Amino acid sequence: MNKLSIFTKGFFKENAVFTLLLGMCPTLGVTSSAINGLGMGLATTFVLIMSNIVVSLVKDSIPDKVRIPAFIVIIASFVTVVELLMQAYLPALFESLGLFIPLIVVNCIVLGRAEAFASKNNVFSSFLDGAGMGLGFAMALTMLGAIREFLGSGKMFDLVIFPEQYGMLVFVLAPGAFIALGYLIAVINKLKKA
Amino acid sequence: MEYVLIFISAIFVNNIILAQFLGICPFLGVSKKISTGVGMTGAVTFVMVIATIVTYLVQKFVLDPFNVGYLQTISFILVIAALVQLVEIILKKMSPPLYQALGVFLPLITTNCAILGVAIMTIQKDLNLLQAVAFSTATAIGFGLALIIFAGIREQLDLVDLPKGMKGTPIALLVAGILALAFMGFAGMV
Repeated sequence: MNKLSIFTKGFFKENAVFTLLLGMCPTLGVTSSAINGLGMGLATTFVLIMSNIVVSLVKDSIPDKVRIPAFIVIIASFVTVVELLMQAYLPALFESLGLFIPLIVVNCIVLGRAEAFASKNNVFSSFLDGAGMGLGFAMALTMLGAIREFLGSGKMFDLVIFPEQYGMLVFVLAPGAFIALGYLIAVINKLKKA
Repeated sequence: MEYVLIFISAIFVNNIILAQFLGICPFLGVSKKISTGVGMTGAVTFVMVIATIVTYLVQKFVLDPFNVGYLQTISFILVIAALVQLVEIILKKMSPPLYQALGVFLPLITTNCAILGVAIMTIQKDLNLLQAVAFSTATAIGFGLALIIFAGIREQLDLVDLPKGMKGTPIALLVAGILALAFMGFAGMV
């Protein structure tokens, strides 16, 4: 597989959210606005890139039997880094993402890439894989966030498009997350077949 | 009364799946049949209550006294991963029938965000140990309730004639959305 396709497969062909259905909790939980979706996506991308790099660096010195706990420790360290950095520099975003920041640890995408890709490939490929998968995830979250924000409150990235009282509030609330994602995946399934 | 409120709030009003979006992976993954849903619920209840108690003790007797609260994420996930392994080994030895029933679900639980989520929420809400036990039990019941209702609906969905693009995940998500709407009716009870 050439380097370019390692990077681009995360966007469409193997997009974590739309085709592999991984990392659903943050996908549904934080996408009440486009900014939140983007912030969560980028935080996950950072963790994904760093953990992929470190895992591929240490893959030969980790015994096979304890590799999963070892990966989890590596991932958790980077999540803690993100958590503390966000708390210091982006307190508003940290507040609105809340519980979902520490929960990046248990996002199946991160552990999945460490196990399926980084533990078998060299550092540069792992970096590309992490960046591609992470940005694909960020793209999906931003899309869903933008759709929900637009339908729910008439805004997109906090930019007013139509007055808020005409918005369908349900799309900002919990049920709207499921419904919007359901239709989004249906549209993408349709596009893929065509 | 306080405990009744914890139960109602965690099962209906702040349902872990439909209002808080934790544990969606097993919710979508193992909800094709009611029987697997019941098995998963059993395993989650078992691990969630034990994990909450253990992480609570870790927080109160290790992290707080040594003032290393920033290690919360890393220590909790390690405790949970170790605990799941331990539960698996003990069950295999002590109660083979229970292991038969829950066995396949146990490894999946380490990466179930509901477990870590409840452990962290318990600390954030500043509950005492008894409240923590009540909270985690009630949350697990809420998880099971949503999962089993959803599995029941999905069994029927197999028989429905749908447009091609809507089959599988999309229609499941729409059903989950309607279920979440129904659960919103409980808002304001507590």
